[in-house]
Amino acid sequence: MRTRPRPWALLLLVAALVVPALGSRFYTFLANDVLIWALFATSLNLLVGYTGLVSFGHAAYFGIGAYTTGILMKKVGLPFLLAFPAAGVLAGAFALLFGFFCVRLTRIYFAMLTLAFAQIVWAICFKWNEVTGGEQGMPEIPYPNLDWMGRLPFLGSLRTSDHFYLLTVLLVALCLWALRRVVGSPFGRMLTTIRENAERAEFIGVNVRRYELAAFVLAGAFAGLAGGLFGIFNRGVFPDFAYWTKSSEVLIMTLLGGMGMFYGPALGALALILLNQQIVSYTEYWPLVLGTILIVLLFAFPGGLAGAGVTALRRLRRA
Amino acid sequence: MPDFSFVFAQSISGLTAAMFLFLIASGLSLIFGVLRVLNFAHGTFYMLGAYTTYQFVQWVGGGPGRFWLAALGGALAVAALGGLVERFLFRHLYGAEELYQLLFTYALVLVLSDAARMLWGTQQKSVSRPPELSGSFSLFGATIPSYNLLIILLGPTIALAFWLTLQRTRAGRFIRAAALDRETLGALGVNVDALYTWVFVLASFLGGLGGALISPMRATTPGMDTEIIVEAFVVVVIGGLGSFWGTFFGALIYGQVLSFGILFFPRFSIFAVFALMAAVLIVRPWGLLGRPLK
Repeated sequence: MRTRPRPWALLLLVAALVVPALGSRFYTFLANDVLIWALFATSLNLLVGYTGLVSFGHAAYFGIGAYTTGILMKKVGLPFLLAFPAAGVLAGAFALLFGFFCVRLTRIYFAMLTLAFAQIVWAICFKWNEVTGGEQGMPEIPYPNLDWMGRLPFLGSLRTSDHFYLLTVLLVALCLWALRRVVGSPFGRMLTTIRENAERAEFIGVNVRRYELAAFVLAGAFAGLAGGLFGIFNRGVFPDFAYWTKSSEVLIMTLLGGMGMFYGPALGALALILLNQQIVSYTEYWPLVLGTILIVLLFAFPGGLAGAGVTALRRLRRA
Repeated sequence: MPDFSFVFAQSISGLTAAMFLFLIASGLSLIFGVLRVLNFAHGTFYMLGAYTTYQFVQWVGGGPGRFWLAALGGALAVAALGGLVERFLFRHLYGAEELYQLLFTYALVLVLSDAARMLWGTQQKSVSRPPELSGSFSLFGATIPSYNLLIILLGPTIALAFWLTLQRTRAGRFIRAAALDRETLGALGVNVDALYTWVFVLASFLGGLGGALISPMRATTPGMDTEIIVEAFVVVVIGGLGSFWGTFFGALIYGQVLSFGILFFPRFSIFAVFALMAAVLIVRPWGLLGRPLK
């Protein structure tokens, strides 16, 4: 894994920061959506792509994070500065609790247990009316107070949603940077070793379960942070954030972009959201299109978009 | 303490739900047992069974005996679809990673359920009960619709027939052998490819039949597929993935937990079901009656 700085990551960050300058509310909205899903999918990739653990319940932590930030900001009145990290902490804590049991199982049983825990989270969010708002969810989550941003040069004329977008860019960039460091660290390399051959990792004295649990907690915490942002962005938190179909959506994004490649899932999020915007203007049958794309992808490009790109580049270089 | 007739009626409703779940989950369990894949699309086959039955009822009318014709037609149509999917698509993924197989079945959910929405719209569709079973009767002071009784009798009958097929017939022996060792069975001259297709057809038939039979009891709506599939997962996990009688008992347990859960803790009955699933996975991942996978 290369560790030299990548100027294009910085370029992307700058590009993301100037989106509100285009002046289109719609583009900013799309970009915001993409960023949050990119973080969510990248957190899942730490499990599926790097550690080789297929979780079918990753939406649980996204949902927990969304409810945590939502409840703290709307009902308790805490500032975003506290409510946002709380989403990561609580989602991480639940990931620790659930993961403790999950990493003891392998393959299909692991997937089933993550699904069961996610459905438990969903059932609680769905029925606990007093706290979560039950089936109706919790609308009108307030925006964080970003008046300070308005006082900065060039930013005064922007809308509140634009300010929130800029905050999202910074926080997602920070989270992705942190995740990038995790993946590149000796810890991250050990996760890849476990993915490739868990038995062998065990032989050389690695406590495989503990590493897997650590990856599970980290993935859960970052999914929680993504959820915290998404609740505010979405102007409301709803039980289906934790429903199993959300878990498969994020898995599809990860796969579409390319598992095991760091920026693959982010690319998947970008591709899927832009595609969705394009398709829904022609037809209401988006799931049909998505399913077809997924089938083609599984048969033709199992490495995802990033994988296909890398293969194409290699071919070009050889030619 | 609720009186006996009430408890009895409640357990009968749990039993009816259990028999439906058994029909669906047995197909899921069969596919898992032989192909080692959890088929997310199985719930969609169930939904399609309900829709095709509705369609056949529209065509043949609702006179005496006609419903059964429509239900059989619906289940057979779904079985044929299952066979086609296996033969032309799923077959090519047997060598692929587990995750890809799971995602393929999920892609099928997206495509098939959206196709159903295209064909039948989002309005709910209902089928009236077959006239010969529209009545009800009393037992221990509880009123039980005749149709529910049929379902309760049909569940164990199908279970038994299915089990006897697996245990006593040549095809059943091949299916059990394929679950244990595909290569050896192939080397012995059995056409394993065809066998897999038939397993898929049979499993889809069971799912479709579940949908066909539930259509007179519940309205058919989009979204019923993603709901039922997690319930079917709970059932097969509790009983043991790939275990035949496990699925049967898993369904019985699920039905009772749900129907008495609603009675005593109306708000936490769904929670209880998933908590039970998690507990079984933690304590005995291979389920109550299953065997650990090698």
